[in-house]
Amino acid sequence: MGNTSSMLTQYDIEEVQQHCNNAFSQQEIVSLYERFCQLDRNGGGFVSGEEFLSVPEFAVNPLSQRLLTMLDGLNFKEFVAFLSAFSPRATVQQKIEFIFKVYDSDGNGKVTFNDMLDVLHDLTGQFISEHQREQVLTKVLEEAGYTKESLLVMSDFVKILGSSGLKMEVEVPVD
Amino acid sequence: MSSGKGGELIPSSSELDLDRPNIEDYLPSGSSIQEPLGKLRLCDLLDISPTLTEAAGAIVDDSFTRCFKSNPPEPWNWNVYLFPLWCCGVVIRYLILFPVRVIVLTVGWIIFLSCFIPVHLLLKGHDKLQKNMERALVELICSFFVASWTGVINYHGPRPSMRPKQVFVANHTSMIDFIILEQMSSFAVIMQKHPGWVGLLQSTILESVGCIWFNRTEAKDRETVTKKLREHSQGVDNNPLLIFPEGTCVNNQYSVMFKKGAFELGCTICPIAIKYNKIFVDAFWNSRKQSFTMHLLQLMTSWAVVCDVWYLEPQNLRPDETPIEFAERVRDIISVRAGLKKVPWDGYLKYSRPSPKHRERKQQSFAESVLRRLEEN
Repeated sequence: MGNTSSMLTQYDIEEVQQHCNNAFSQQEIVSLYERFCQLDRNGGGFVSGEEFLSVPEFAVNPLSQRLLTMLDGLNFKEFVAFLSAFSPRATVQQKIEFIFKVYDSDGNGKVTFNDMLDVLHDLTGQFISEHQREQVLTKVLEEAGYTKESLLVMSDFVKILGSSGLKMEVEVPVD
Repeated sequence: MSSGKGGELIPSSSELDLDRPNIEDYLPSGSSIQEPLGKLRLCDLLDISPTLTEAAGAIVDDSFTRCFKSNPPEPWNWNVYLFPLWCCGVVIRYLILFPVRVIVLTVGWIIFLSCFIPVHLLLKGHDKLQKNMERALVELICSFFVASWTGVINYHGPRPSMRPKQVFVANHTSMIDFIILEQMSSFAVIMQKHPGWVGLLQSTILESVGCIWFNRTEAKDRETVTKKLREHSQGVDNNPLLIFPEGTCVNNQYSVMFKKGAFELGCTICPIAIKYNKIFVDAFWNSRKQSFTMHLLQLMTSWAVVCDVWYLEPQNLRPDETPIEFAERVRDIISVRAGLKKVPWDGYLKYSRPSPKHRERKQQSFAESVLRRLEEN
């Protein structure tokens, strides 16, 4: 692998920047490209699930499998767009959209009770029983004015999460 | 010592669990879910942003991958007069220095083999004399190797003494670490068994200085090796043991966690810190990218291998210390001396996945906080 930043032209950087709605500065995009190439060990133009899981900090994350389905097969442009929700320049709306996408695994714009149960399962593992999980979720849903059969859409998520001061930012190291 | 294969992942064996202290003590994020107060609401359950942030942080940059990053040298030959200079340099290195070095090495091997083989075969009865001669000869061939890279090695500190119940530990950058140290005094090294010509050398010549082999991929191997280590360290006449507790080659800017095996033998630990000067050549052997032969060739076509070796003050297990704490303390001593940044990862994660224990710990802490808040209604 030679000097990676020379493989990215100014046009490429601008295209990527546009695609992610200016979430990252040009320098950050260059750094992300170096990182992308570092992760993409076999040089296939995308980072496979195995390659992501070789980062131990990522592999121990409870939501890694869920994120892998969203990350699998992304090329660099899409990779940057994926990460754009974590930029300090991203709006709260964008962050909530990202969270919604994580829940909405079938991508139909609606989050069901089971979707939420699945994510809760990822986060708590074997330390809460299935039954208890259902109980807890039903209870808080009803307290918030929903039912077990409710299908939550994006606007519901905005209502629920919008006021709680979402902190979801990563810093891209720039040499 | 790393194997040459490219990153096949084997299921993490239980040995990885035993070797590590609590990673949570090191990682900056600590407990990933904040401790919120009061009643559990829907937004608390749905808000997965802390976990997502950790995952994204790991994707963007992580301390483990940084340990094995070999920075390609910046090209400096970018204009009219620098480029011909650089070309001259290439010519000198490849067409003058390299053949001279090959000749030096060949001469060295001839001298070595013509002395070693008779000594090995004829002096079978005279153990002490044979051992001493073989030691001297191995030191000789290592000197020839070092000469073949124009090694400029600065040794600091008192030379290792040959006493029993003494184990030397060092940080690990490449297999040449062993050669550099062996040149000064004879050690018995613990090495991963390699295939090819290296393996041949291991089973013939290095056996004579008492080296011990292990096979990283065999789970049961660890117990047999520990036993061999213990026997060797108790022996009076054996060469002192040299162990690289990181278990794998790291890029000489970071240090990964030390395995506790060397620190449980009940011996005095003598730390050695090795730091290579990157200006001359990057001596990091990235076993995922290069075979050892290519690595040696790269060294032989560079200007020089310049490094500092510090023999540090011997350490003993303190009465209130566990072996793992002892290992961390020694790692700290070596890292400070060699200017390495410490990283909380096990080097073997190069070859296998982290234990599910870490993920489970996060899950457990979140589950407990949910249940606790539920009861606060």
